[in-house]
Amino acid sequence: MKQKTPVAKRPHRLRREIARNVDAYLFIAPFFLIFFVFTVLPVLTSILLSFTYYNILEFPSFVGLQNYFNLFLNDDVFLLSVKNTLLIAVITGPIGYLVSFLFAWFINELSPTLRAIMVVVFYAPSISGNVYMVWSILFSGDAYGYINAFLLNLGFIFEPIQWLTDPKYMLTVVILVMLWMSLGSGFLAFVAGLQTVDRAMYEAGYVEGVKNRWQELWYITLPTMRPQLLFGAVMSITASFSAGDVTSALCGFPSTDYAAHTMINHLNDYGNIRFEMGYACAIATLLFFMMIGCNQVIQKLLRKIGT
Amino acid sequence: MATKSASRAARHNSRLHGRSRAGNTVNFLFLALMGAFMLLPMIYAVSSAFKPLDELFVFPPRFFVRRPTLDNFSDLFLLMSTSWVPFTRYLFNTVILAAVATAGNVIICSMAAYMLEKRKFPGSRVLYKSVELALMFSGAVTAIPNYLIMARLHWIDTYLALMIPAFATPIGLFLMKQFMGSVHDSLIESAKLDGAGEWRIFWRIVMPIVRPAWQTLIIFSFQSTWNMTGGTFIFSEELKTLPSALSQVLQGGIARTGVSCAVALLIMIIPIAVFITSESRVLETMGTSGIKE
Repeated sequence: MKQKTPVAKRPHRLRREIARNVDAYLFIAPFFLIFFVFTVLPVLTSILLSFTYYNILEFPSFVGLQNYFNLFLNDDVFLLSVKNTLLIAVITGPIGYLVSFLFAWFINELSPTLRAIMVVVFYAPSISGNVYMVWSILFSGDAYGYINAFLLNLGFIFEPIQWLTDPKYMLTVVILVMLWMSLGSGFLAFVAGLQTVDRAMYEAGYVEGVKNRWQELWYITLPTMRPQLLFGAVMSITASFSAGDVTSALCGFPSTDYAAHTMINHLNDYGNIRFEMGYACAIATLLFFMMIGCNQVIQKLLRKIGT
Repeated sequence: MATKSASRAARHNSRLHGRSRAGNTVNFLFLALMGAFMLLPMIYAVSSAFKPLDELFVFPPRFFVRRPTLDNFSDLFLLMSTSWVPFTRYLFNTVILAAVATAGNVIICSMAAYMLEKRKFPGSRVLYKSVELALMFSGAVTAIPNYLIMARLHWIDTYLALMIPAFATPIGLFLMKQFMGSVHDSLIESAKLDGAGEWRIFWRIVMPIVRPAWQTLIIFSFQSTWNMTGGTFIFSEELKTLPSALSQVLQGGIARTGVSCAVALLIMIIPIAVFITSESRVLETMGTSGIKE
């Protein structure tokens, strides 16, 4: 049984609690030492820098909330990038998440050998890094791009569509490619999670009247997979909100009329090209809080599974 | 042994209650179809690596190679053999880096995850929350603070700068902690009654049970460390990694299009090979992972 020890109110009780758990602190020490120095410290510094003007050469000068005012009041491109980021996240996040789970589950139904092959096939695009560049050939804007040629031959369209440079289609193409790439870390965690579900649970389930694989999914598999579902959700959020590589690889940087410009693109623009680091940090901080908010909502939703 | 494999088979079959044959077939056909779709760009990448230069530039572009050739690969090795630092050194650097970083990452994250999941102690909740939040911060703006810290530690131009941060990744701890929850507390309690120390329990009982979890983490970790270029931290040519050496090859521009296709294939083939081996190990241990109590 897990012991719930209330946080001590008096200092000497706290000290005794700490002394009692010395071994636990030793176990976590390597991780948290490294984590604080190389993750927490840089993140806190970046958040602090978002209140400064910092051009990398000169020492940062404090400007208060100026960066944030500028983002919301003087920067139309930023507002557009927020809109694009949200649109991409709202579509690719949930769909990618569901698709990841469904595929992991479908694959789990196969025999072990087939399952291993399928896992490799479906996860390979995530490993292969830049292979999504192939999509720029499929969606090439002339009549010889595969998709244009296909549509022309079937008579659906009469002239080639500029998939990657016409603002009307760019975001759709980006979303499609991101969905194709969404079988990532969440998917793999689901596959592994499905393997740790206790077999005895299924036996017990069938004794109690579970009839088919769908009922088994809802009443047994999903509730026991809650930890992995949570992991997958956080991964989906981070992946969908930090879209940026795909947009710049497919639609160019900057894209036509900024139609595929995301917050990460905007951040890179200011951080790596204009060297306005304070401004870039402000964008990163806003993105950070957007993801945190989204995560809160999703964790609440996930608690309702199987109830 | 025979009884063991028999019981394993029985367990596997019994899991498939309530499965209609039609449903299984539809499922398989659907997956095969989607799998082919997922593989298309990969096939294109493989096919391009074997295309002669004229086929790479042919207009309209072709999907499959007509006259496969190994020219791209021999060009690549020719280029690499004339480089100042031998090709094998880059390979050696990357292999060492990826192996050490992956091993450290799995062990350090699992240790912390075990304690955070199974024990309540002052600060444990706050520490865990901080890891979960760190997952959501965009890495693009932390480059400068990171560089300053490395410089302060005098780690610039050493592998410490690449390896040590890769040991403690938020995603690693998060993944391991989520899986550790499936280890029953009663198992740990009874081991404690038998006089096992925390380290023994962690290493002998918990880690074998969460095997699918750390196999997954190995893949994540290897994938990211294999692609490390050294970035702003490594300046000595003999310390540079394979990806950074290969990206230098690509600086040659359009004349090296063929070589770049070969590079793309080489860079992705090793992580995929690691992935396949680890997947086949998952298969081996599938039967034992059901043991909980």
